[in-house]
Amino acid sequence: MNTQNLMLIDPHIHMTSRTTDDYARMRQAGIVAIIEPAFWLGQPRTEPGSFKDYFSSLVGWERFRASQFGIKHYCTIGLNSKEANNEPLAEQVMELLPLFVCKEGVVGVGEIGYDDQTPIEDKYFRAQLELAKEVNLPVQVHTPHRDKKAGTIKSMEVCLEHGIAPDMVVIDHNNEETVKDVLDRGFWAAFTIYPNSKMGNERMVEIVKQYGSERIIVNSSADWGVSDPLSVPKTASLMLERGISLEDVRKVCYQNALDSFGKSGQMHESDWLQGSQVDQREKFSDNSVLRGGQTPVVGDVTTDGTLESNIVR
Amino acid sequence: MYQADIYATKTFLKELLERSTTTQGQEWLTKKMELIDAEGATPKDLYLAFSAAPRFVGREPLHLSQHEIEMANLIRPGFNPSRWNAAQTARTLLILSQPYQDGEAFRDTIETLFNTADMGELVALYAALPLLPHPELFRSRAAEGFRTNMGDVFEAVALDNPYPADYMHEDAWNNMVLKTLFVGKPVFRIYGIEKRSNAKLARILSDYAHERWAAGRPVSPELWRPVGPFIDEAILEDIKKLFSQPNELEQEAAALACAESSCTPARELLNAHPQLKSRVENGEISWSLIGDKALAAN
Ligand SMILES: [Zn+2]
Repeated sequence: MNTQNLMLIDPHIHMTSRTTDDYARMRQAGIVAIIEPAFWLGQPRTEPGSFKDYFSSLVGWERFRASQFGIKHYCTIGLNSKEANNEPLAEQVMELLPLFVCKEGVVGVGEIGYDDQTPIEDKYFRAQLELAKEVNLPVQVHTPHRDKKAGTIKSMEVCLEHGIAPDMVVIDHNNEETVKDVLDRGFWAAFTIYPNSKMGNERMVEIVKQYGSERIIVNSSADWGVSDPLSVPKTASLMLERGISLEDVRKVCYQNALDSFGKSGQMHESDWLQGSQVDQREKFSDNSVLRGGQTPVVGDVTTDGTLESNIVR
Repeated sequence: MYQADIYATKTFLKELLERSTTTQGQEWLTKKMELIDAEGATPKDLYLAFSAAPRFVGREPLHLSQHEIEMANLIRPGFNPSRWNAAQTARTLLILSQPYQDGEAFRDTIETLFNTADMGELVALYAALPLLPHPELFRSRAAEGFRTNMGDVFEAVALDNPYPADYMHEDAWNNMVLKTLFVGKPVFRIYGIEKRSNAKLARILSDYAHERWAAGRPVSPELWRPVGPFIDEAILEDIKKLFSQPNELEQEAAALACAESSCTPARELLNAHPQLKSRVENGEISWSLIGDKALAAN
C-alpha cells in the first residue's frame, strides 16, 4: 500500500467497536481524522440510558482514545433508523438529542434515514432534519440496504421538503445505481468500501474515473461486523496505482469530507495540523489506553503510509 | 434559598464577558438568556444554547482586575472567577436565566446537564455551584465532583470555589482536602481551608503523611496547614520530624503549624527554633508562599 504520504480522513467509521491496533494502523496508513456516526450496536438498546451513555462515550472516552494514537475524532449524533421503530424509546431519545448535538466536535446529525422505510422511521427522520436545521448542522444520511434506489431518492426529497440545502447533506452507502441521482441533485455522495458487500475498491476506482472527484467521498463504515478500518487508505492507494491523479484522490479521501462536515464549524484542518502530538501518559477518568508494563508514546506521530509487521517480539 | 443575588450576579458576569467576546457573541447570549427565561421555554432551548456557547462567545480568558476580584467577593463571599473563560461565563449566565422558583425542577434541569456534560461543560457547572439558588440541593452532586479523576473538573469544584466550605458535610469536606493533596493540587486554593479544619481531618492527614513516609515518598508541606490547630501528642511527633527534614519548606511548614497551635509543647517546639519563629512573626512565611513554592518545585 502506498498513499504517497497523503493525509486521509475516514468520515464514517464506528471506532467504539474497534481496537487500539486499528487506531495505530490507521494512523500509520495516513489517517489524521475520523468521524464516528452514532449507530446501533448490533442489538437494539432497550433503555434511553443506553443511548445517553453511548452518546457520552462518542464525545468523551472514544475521542480521548483516538487522541492517544494521534487521530482527531469527531462524531455525528442521532437516532438511527432501525431503533426509531421503537416509538416510546424513540421519543425519549429525541429528548436527549438537544443535550448532545451542539457539543464541541459534533459535526452533524447522523446517521439518520431509512432502514425498512416504515412510517415511524419517516417520522423520526423528519424530526431530526428539523433539529439539524435549527442548529445549522450537516446531516449524514444512512441509505437502506433493501430497496436502496427508491430509499435514497426519498431521503433526498424529504431533506429538500424540510428546506435543507443539498450541500448540507451527505448521502452514505451509495453504489453505481444511486450515484448519478445523488450528484445530479447536488448532494454529497459517500461510498462505503466493504469487503464482500456494498462497494469494493476496484468498483470505487471506476466510479471516480467515470464521475470525477467532485462531491464524492470514500469511507470504511468499519464496525463490529466483517469490515476493514483501512478501507480508505487501501482505496487511495489503489486509485493512485490505477492512474487517478493525486489531486483527485486527495479530494475523495480527504478534502471533500472536510468541506462537507466542516460546514458544522466544528472541524478545521488546523485541528490536526497543530494537534497531532501524542501523550500516552494522559488519562481520561483515570483510565489509560495502556496496559501494565507498556511504554507510553510521547511526541509526534510520523506516517509513511506503510504498515509494520504484526509479529509480536 | 439564595447564595447570591441572581440579578446582581448576572449583571456582573455580563459586564466581565463583554471584554472577552464579540458584539455578536453578546447579542447571541442575550437572545438565548431571554428565550430561556421566557414563558413557554422548553428544556431544549437551554440544552442547545448551553452546549453551543463556545462557538458563539469563544473561549477567551476573562482577565479580571484586582477591583473586579473584590467585586466578585462582594457578590458572593469567596466567589472568584479569575480563571474563568468566556464560554464558561456564558454557560453560567444561561443556567442562571433558568426559572428557579421551583427548587426541585431547577435541580432536575441542572442535573440533566451534569449527566450528559462533556469536560468543558462539567467545569462550567461545578464552578457555578456557589452562584446557584437552592444550594442545599447540590451537595451530592458536589461530592460526585470530588470523585472525578479529570483534573480540570476536580479543580473546578475543589479550588477557588466557596461552595464546598459553605455546604459540604464534614466527611465530604475532609475527603476533598485529602484528594487535593493526593492528586498534587495546591491546597492554598481551597477556599475556607482554615474555617473548615477539624480534628478528624488532622488525624487523616497525619495518617496519610505516615503512609507516604513509609513508602519513601515526599510529603507536601501544604499537608500541615489544616493540622496546626489540632496538634496533639501523636501529631507532635510528626512536627518534630518535619523540623529535622532537609527541605526548608517542610521546616517552614512545621513552624507555621506550631504557631497556629495552642498546645504548650508545640509552642515550646517553635521556641526551640528561634530563627523560624521570628520569620513567622515577621510574616515572612505564610501558607500561600509555601504553597506557591511547593507548586513551583513540582
Ligand atoms: Zn454507519
